[in-house]
Amino acid sequence: MSDSQTVSVTINGHVYTADCDPRLTLADFIRHKCGLTGTHLGCEHGVCGACTIMVDGRTARACLMLAVQVDGSTITTVEGLASGNELNPLQEAFWDNHGLQCGFCTSGMLMCATELLEENPDPSAEEVREGISGNLCRCTGYDSIVKSVLAAAEKMRS
Amino acid sequence: MKPAAVKYARAGDVQEAVALLSEHGTDAKVLAGGQSLVPLMNFRLASPSILIDINRVNELAYVREDNGSLLIGAMTRQRDVETSPVVAAAVPLLPQALHHVGHVTNRNRGTVGGSVAHADPASELPALVTGLAGELTVEGPKGQRTIAAEDFFVGTFTTAMEYDEVLTAVRLPRLPAGTGVAVEELARRHGDFAIVAVMAAVHLAPDGSVDLVRLAASGVDSVPLRLHSAEAVLAGAQPTADAIAAAAATVAASVNPTGDVHAPASYRRDMAQLLVKRAVGAAIERIGVSA
Repeated sequence: MSDSQTVSVTINGHVYTADCDPRLTLADFIRHKCGLTGTHLGCEHGVCGACTIMVDGRTARACLMLAVQVDGSTITTVEGLASGNELNPLQEAFWDNHGLQCGFCTSGMLMCATELLEENPDPSAEEVREGISGNLCRCTGYDSIVKSVLAAAEKMRS
Repeated sequence: MKPAAVKYARAGDVQEAVALLSEHGTDAKVLAGGQSLVPLMNFRLASPSILIDINRVNELAYVREDNGSLLIGAMTRQRDVETSPVVAAAVPLLPQALHHVGHVTNRNRGTVGGSVAHADPASELPALVTGLAGELTVEGPKGQRTIAAEDFFVGTFTTAMEYDEVLTAVRLPRLPAGTGVAVEELARRHGDFAIVAVMAAVHLAPDGSVDLVRLAASGVDSVPLRLHSAEAVLAGAQPTADAIAAAAATVAASVNPTGDVHAPASYRRDMAQLLVKRAVGAAIERIGVSA
């Protein structure tokens, strides 16, 4: 057992391979080893939700996983949502409904909302609030975020 | 806010995890869902010498009915348990309790066994396992053994497991059809650690008397508690408001809370009593209503 381990992971369709110390969090791996800085890192202890990503199809907090754990996994980060320069309907709804101010929490919000809408395409405002309850927005733009997710849900259903 | 240097080994099965624990001694830590351990490592409140990752021990991820009880593999993700129809039918209190554990994203990773083994006296799963008289199966170098929940939790973050044992399964007795269940929790925000939580399961006989009652509380002692005295008041009685109040009145003597920045001990004691009243009432209201 050597300390450093080779990690190979598919992120947004691209394979990234790097040697990692076991203590490197997945969030730091994504930002520093892969250069994908759309995943933000706020509290680094699983409270703020800013670093939320998808690991093998489910949301996870990247600050609460180690890079060495995801060898062979498939990950989606916020950079994987748009097709080129074309925003997806959820991102567009955030744009249209002032779903972000400073943008720090936005990538985590988008990833949680993506999972919510996959499981529940027609959520109530209450269900959206619960869906993003693990994500902190320090601009306190929650009303607009809820409005954005509801607008996206409506658009995606039609 | 970054973990200290640590070694990492991935166990392929339970035997390998046990062997690694035996080899590395008390400084080793089992890494399950990581939703409690990794924050502690990021804060450097925990700095194990080596992590033994059991996330790929697939044999520990299952939910099944087994001889009148519900058997849950220790590595089953909380979200999978929360959404399982098998669980909802056998122990409807469990999905309700899980709803209070962090947020969906935490429950996607967090495991049933991880939460139980972490033994946080404020958290929901240890209280539920205690209240429902569950059993924990652990495996070590000398083989398997089964520990009753009330013997398993011995103190804050402390269990009866030896350093070289791994929790492999949680067994909960099936609740009879038509059991009403309720979770009443006081927390600053939904998904936060509970200040006090009470869980109730109540089943009524055809004559309306209580023929099964299980009550559990978290956040009121260094270990999760089954509220035996309150259960004894209700067992066999008609569940009138007076009987429920009499049951709740026993709670003050059953709990042993400590005060902290969130709430003084006296407040926790009062809230435990109030939440027992509410939880029993809510459980009875929901009798026969599917979860």
